[in-house]
Amino acid sequence: MDEPANPWFSLDYLQRNWEEVSQQLLIHTTLTLQALAIAIAIAFPLAVLARRVPALAGPVLGISGVLYTIPSFALFGLLAPFTGIGRTTVLIGLVAYALLVLVRNIVVGLQSVDRDVTDAARGLGYAPMRLLFQVELPNALPSIIAGLRIAAVSTVALVTVGVVVGYGGLGQLMFRGLQSDYRAQIMTATLLCLALALVLDLALVLLGRMATPWTRGRAAA
Amino acid sequence: MSTVGDAWAYLTNPESWTGANGITTPTFDGGWRFAQDSIIGLTLEHLWMSFAAVSIAVIVALPLGVWLGHRRRGGGVTVVISNLTRAIPTLALLTLFAASAIGFGNQAVILAAAIFAFPPILSNTFTGMAEVDPDVREAALGQGLTRFQVATRVELPLAVPLIAAGLRTATVQTVATVPLAALVAGGGLGVIINRGLATQRYGEVLAGAILVAALALITDAVMARLQRAVTPAPLREAAAASA
Repeated sequence: MDEPANPWFSLDYLQRNWEEVSQQLLIHTTLTLQALAIAIAIAFPLAVLARRVPALAGPVLGISGVLYTIPSFALFGLLAPFTGIGRTTVLIGLVAYALLVLVRNIVVGLQSVDRDVTDAARGLGYAPMRLLFQVELPNALPSIIAGLRIAAVSTVALVTVGVVVGYGGLGQLMFRGLQSDYRAQIMTATLLCLALALVLDLALVLLGRMATPWTRGRAAA
Repeated sequence: MSTVGDAWAYLTNPESWTGANGITTPTFDGGWRFAQDSIIGLTLEHLWMSFAAVSIAVIVALPLGVWLGHRRRGGGVTVVISNLTRAIPTLALLTLFAASAIGFGNQAVILAAAIFAFPPILSNTFTGMAEVDPDVREAALGQGLTRFQVATRVELPLAVPLIAAGLRTATVQTVATVPLAALVAGGGLGVIINRGLATQRYGEVLAGAILVAALALITDAVMARLQRAVTPAPLREAAAASA
């Protein structure tokens, strides 16, 4: 008995289903970017607060550490009964995981700023806000970018777990490909996921280079 | 009834723990498997799958890490491996394995989880071995120990705290990955969440999520104690900083 061909790679699949594939890719991308944006917006004030009030640093890092230990599958399950199935649930889960990585890296970045530098700026009469944005933040940027890269890559991978609540972007294609034993569909979605992670990672590397022009000069010197 | 009330009712019903017909069920070929309607059965299955996955990862990663770390070569490779596996969605590997010759069910999950457990063990073993004080190595070699003896009797014991930290990361991550088995017809506690979503019984979804989260947190606590136990007291502070 000849089994029907079920190749892992098929351009034919991509051509026939481009509309659906591109739609899920778009969902995957926007979900990732949105989650990262929200996570940054929450992580930054939290990290600054943890830096300013050392007593808060322990609880902030501790709570986000516990959050991180909770499996994504369970977190989506915890949220689904209250936020329903769909985009919101996945988004909240993604933000929660990106948050820990970002908070940790921003705190570490701010802590590693040379004390002499901040003292000098203070001596020059920098107010706390100006000190934060013009001295501490630029110096912490390499660590922040490193955290962003980790958060971006793991968020792309995590979106796929959203299939649990029916909103997994490219994960949706993987899952359906599995149910209908359609290998090309699984492989295409997998490769697109990897490509998306790679593109985001490269974009962040470039962004980091443009945002910290002085590091290149230092490396060359 | 409210979702929380449903979850409470599910968790306090003895039958959800023991299953309607015990914690194992016979299979058609005369064997047995864990009953999929018993929390105890699913928990045992969950732990067994996690143990199998971590064991496979340790068997491969530990000797490799010891060897590479002793030679102080391949540091770049271990970094690339751990970065690459972070980008691979767990679901992708699971579905790829399930659709391949490996087939549906627990084998696909164990293998996929083992692959994700591999990088933390490898990179921590490598770092632990490679960062042993060169003077200590030289002294051991000077006393006439063979390279193999230096690796297993001098460097490996010194690397144990870091290896334990890697093992903790790998184990907690595996316990968190195994719930995805429910999506490829495997077992483990994820089954409760998946079944609840499919039947729109959100109380059970919540109960399953609480169970999975609790198992992950307990595993982390147990592994933290283990890590502490194998770390000599003077090294504890350094180990805590690197964990």
